[in-house]
Amino acid sequence: MNQGNTEEERHETLRSLLGAWSLGACPPREAAELERHLRTCPECAEEAARLREAAGWLSLDEPLDQPCSLRQQVLDWCLARRPAELPVPAWGMPYTAETAKLDALLRDLGPEEWQEVAELPWHGGTEQLRPAEVLGRLTAVDGFLALALGLPDPVPAAKGAPAPAERRVPPQDAAVPAPPAAPRVPPQGGRYAEVTARTARLLADQAGLTPQSVRCRWRQQTHDLVRSAALAPQGNTPVDFGYAVLPLRDAFVDRALECFVHGEDVARAVAYPYDPPAPQHLRQMVELVVRLLPRALAGLRGARPEHAGAPGAPAGVGTGGRRLRLVVDGPAAGEWLVPLDGAEAGPPGGEPVASMVLDGLELCQLAAAHRDPDRLPVGEHGDRAAIRAVLHALPLLSRP
Amino acid sequence: MATQDHSPRWDAQLQRRLARGEETALGELYDRLAPMVHGLAGRILADQAAAAQLTREVFAYVWEHPEDFDPAQGSLRAWLGALTHRRAVERLRARRAAEPFPGRGTGAAEEEIRAVATAARMQYVVDSLPQPLRETIAVTYYDGRTYQETARLLGISEQAAKQRMRLGLELLATELAEERARQHGGEDGDDGR
Repeated sequence: MNQGNTEEERHETLRSLLGAWSLGACPPREAAELERHLRTCPECAEEAARLREAAGWLSLDEPLDQPCSLRQQVLDWCLARRPAELPVPAWGMPYTAETAKLDALLRDLGPEEWQEVAELPWHGGTEQLRPAEVLGRLTAVDGFLALALGLPDPVPAAKGAPAPAERRVPPQDAAVPAPPAAPRVPPQGGRYAEVTARTARLLADQAGLTPQSVRCRWRQQTHDLVRSAALAPQGNTPVDFGYAVLPLRDAFVDRALECFVHGEDVARAVAYPYDPPAPQHLRQMVELVVRLLPRALAGLRGARPEHAGAPGAPAGVGTGGRRLRLVVDGPAAGEWLVPLDGAEAGPPGGEPVASMVLDGLELCQLAAAHRDPDRLPVGEHGDRAAIRAVLHALPLLSRP
Repeated sequence: MATQDHSPRWDAQLQRRLARGEETALGELYDRLAPMVHGLAGRILADQAAAAQLTREVFAYVWEHPEDFDPAQGSLRAWLGALTHRRAVERLRARRAAEPFPGRGTGAAEEEIRAVATAARMQYVVDSLPQPLRETIAVTYYDGRTYQETARLLGISEQAAKQRMRLGLELLATELAEERARQHGGEDGDDGR
């Protein structure tokens, strides 16, 4: 390749190889040619020695793994010594921890791992996304919180239609826990249309970016969100997701759960381990899922009347709604009485018709449609149909 | 992220937020610099519990004394790196001094401490390289690729790949020379940076 070159050009060409050569990254022929040159060129030989020596320090042991729990330990240690004047509200903690955990996973991804495809199931199907696209999706949905907090929308406006007008779809069946008089499940395309459209626009917008830039955008937004949340510690601001409206404090817990679930989806795709949420955070997620459960049950009654417990009409009309005792074990242990019937059945009360016991993490995974409701290990007692209804309603809380 | 790591403006803003007692600032500081602090502490002390303890102390120090950082003297990252390095080496010296047979020669023990400290320092420098340089070196060296394969993998020209490797190693070599000069400058010449 150097035929016809002057000696000076040859020197420069070979010299540019010195870094690669020091890393053992030259093909044998080029390496041999460079090594012959080094014997006659003191300038290159001196640089080669310096770079080789530096490269020798690269072959170090891997650093100790940074345990996930360390973050909380360190922050607690610091805050015990100097209490924060502007603390993060308790409802913001799961989101802070889960976004930090996902970011730590992403920090370790190599270029090939950014090309792996993660599977993200929800109750309407399974999406297949690369890690950067998963981040885009998280960023787009987190954008609803950004809007509620007065931060910029990460999603570019839709072409042709002004974005704010498009977002004025009334939050029909989602704003209030009580379902409308005639329970129904809107067509899925309709209900989730805005979420999927926003995600699609953001993915198109970030298509030209490197994975690290995508990670940077996502991370910056997560930091900005928590910072704004610290200024609104009541957490009452409504967040309109299009398919549901949640107060900010619930929206943050909801997003923490989503971040955990999809972080684990990414981890699975790249074969990395991924820790479950800390017990106190898992507990907040379980509480939210249990509170949203009546909405999901209403959706299930609309879509699949056979799951309503008693085919035809809700059982116990006139005598009040039925209740189910939900016992969660594991680190987020607790016990709840879940109303099974809609408001039309009257106020819930009386002996629970059934009891079920399941693990808190599994409950959250089921709510994310990451478990099969028919195969989940559940302790059951009492009305099996009611238990099955709860198990089949939970995945309806998932979305694209 | 690499640019933000090195932005003096970000450092100064974060310092103000830490001084105001914003918990989110502490969290952001941790997220950005804990891998460096914990990694450096772990490499020097080679002990999980000791590294975690030192990480706690370093972050508590910054949280309690954010005013000690002087943006005019370098980045927050460099300051925290120097602080971690100094405290870890102190800890290592104390541990060695408490060992049952110190009589085998303090010279040898001191030599070992130096080697460990240099190795940790170099890894810290590798970790602090600008992201494109670090990535190019990592995928080449740790995965045993040729520069042509690396160029294809990263979607850059072969020329760019060669340049990045050379520049990255050049930065390491300079740091290595400085570290050695510092260590030979005096027994207690280790003032971090």
